[in-house]
Amino acid sequence: MMKTVFKRTPTLKDCPTHYCPGCGHGIAHRLIAEIIDELDIRNRTIGIAPVGCAVLAYDYLDVDMVEVAHGRPPAVATGMKRTNPDKIIFSYQGDGDLASIGAAEILHAGHRGEQITVIFINNAVYGMTGGQMAPTTMLDQVTATTPKGRSAIEQGYPLQVSELLATLPGTIYIERCALSSVARVRKTKKAIKHAFELQLEGAEGMSMVEVLSPCPTYWRMSPVKAMEWLENSMTKVFPLGRLKG
Amino acid sequence: MCGNEALAESAIIAGCDAYFGYPITPQNEVPAYMARRMPEEGRIFVQSESELAAINMVFGASATGKRAMTSSSSPGISLMQEGISYLSGAELPAVVVNVMRGGPGLGNIAPSQSDYFQATRGGGHGDYRTIVLGPSSVQELVDCMPLAFDLADQYRMTVMVLADGILGQMMEPIVLEKKQGRKLPPKDWALTGAGCRKQNIVRSLWLPEGSLEELNNKLLNKYKQVEKNEVLCEEYEVEDADIVVVAYGVAARIVRGAVSRAREEGIKAGWIRPITLWPFPFEQISRAADEFRIFLVVEMSNGQMVEDVRLAVTGKAPVMFYGRPGGGVPTVDEILDQIRQLTLRPKT
Repeated sequence: MMKTVFKRTPTLKDCPTHYCPGCGHGIAHRLIAEIIDELDIRNRTIGIAPVGCAVLAYDYLDVDMVEVAHGRPPAVATGMKRTNPDKIIFSYQGDGDLASIGAAEILHAGHRGEQITVIFINNAVYGMTGGQMAPTTMLDQVTATTPKGRSAIEQGYPLQVSELLATLPGTIYIERCALSSVARVRKTKKAIKHAFELQLEGAEGMSMVEVLSPCPTYWRMSPVKAMEWLENSMTKVFPLGRLKG
Repeated sequence: MCGNEALAESAIIAGCDAYFGYPITPQNEVPAYMARRMPEEGRIFVQSESELAAINMVFGASATGKRAMTSSSSPGISLMQEGISYLSGAELPAVVVNVMRGGPGLGNIAPSQSDYFQATRGGGHGDYRTIVLGPSSVQELVDCMPLAFDLADQYRMTVMVLADGILGQMMEPIVLEKKQGRKLPPKDWALTGAGCRKQNIVRSLWLPEGSLEELNNKLLNKYKQVEKNEVLCEEYEVEDADIVVVAYGVAARIVRGAVSRAREEGIKAGWIRPITLWPFPFEQISRAADEFRIFLVVEMSNGQMVEDVRLAVTGKAPVMFYGRPGGGVPTVDEILDQIRQLTLRPKT
């Protein structure tokens, strides 16, 4: 007799994504969908899609979703959660969105201890606009706006947002994960699930999971090489593990 | 109770579920009042880290179907323009109060009417409109709040209440009462969690060819409905007037005094006071211009609404302007002098 051992989870829509080959967004979306189904919270979950490649996340995640201005998801999430404490609010943000233009919003949502779950996808580059430097771009990394590679003197060092947010009393759980291997993907899922569970329990504060994610297109690498670079180089500047909680 | 506090209490009576705001003079009494009163009512008050965050908190609360508002003054309203554009694209209701002060830049904290362009033309990007109410007394400011929430919910638009530093700070006797609101459509678009129903999406991005044009045209039709149904305007002794003074807000009150004095002197003067600044009372002003008479527009700015009056008059009559920018407030005597000069009456 045949037995199904792996299938699409209901909250993940049955459609192809617009993401490039080897992109991490598809994996991250699937993890979120699985967690929403496992926790059985689809009927009370509201997601926030960012400006960036994941702006169309609502085309793939079958939950109520909103798409908001660049960097503002934590403020929008604040408005939602404060007026709907029974709902599960998550924001899904890239590094340009969260660490650059929305730095004030994430800092203050964390500072106020908003009871929201933040999924922070860090791929060290602006994807949607054509591979420009992000605050998280690595030193010497060549991007459209750092043609000679990022220089510490001219463009500053890669910004470690998770470390920064972990210092705030208002954050309760911060963990950095990566999508560079099956084991790491499983660990990422565990972390994101924990972040959702904290909100479900009504834990007082913000939880965030930073997910190091590959962007082969703008790293100018094959998907396989991108995974290797993520594992071998990115994790050195962005060490994996639980920073808080 | 000053105007700022009165508008805040009126918003609470009107069923405002959440207030988000950032301190700025001359509207600081609004967040201070809300900080005390909203929790008493079991509702939400959050002091945001910026006006940018405040308008996005309004966006978030509104997307879930709640009645949400913010208030600020000119420089803060500039920061909110991004959010207002997104609210407009996503067709979310919102109420924004602008207690105007002098500008540009940091300007000053004196009362002004220099944000008329920004308010009525849409200071943010894209093809959109906001409904703008221009009250001229504390009572009217109070009455504007339930109307603003109803209009916002009915048309799924941002409604801006355009007050100024005088109205915000002024104390006048007022009546605060709960009135029967409009019959409003259900918020079946709101994000409440996709349980048995299909997923709801609140968005302003429309990439496929033609899809944004479709949205823009849908918005246009909505705006046409607002223009048809929601114009509010007051006029006084226009019929036999040789000169009609057009002003809104606090300036209109000063004009009222000047026009009464002119009548006492035998000058046939009248006034028109737009209450909705968008939709603007084009028809009412155009009708008044069918008979030849002089129009004088008075503003606490160097001339912004005067452009709409000229559009309404379409060259049928001369449109003159008198304004005091940068916190200057025109006096009854100043306006009366203008009326005398324009009607060729010698100074008495």
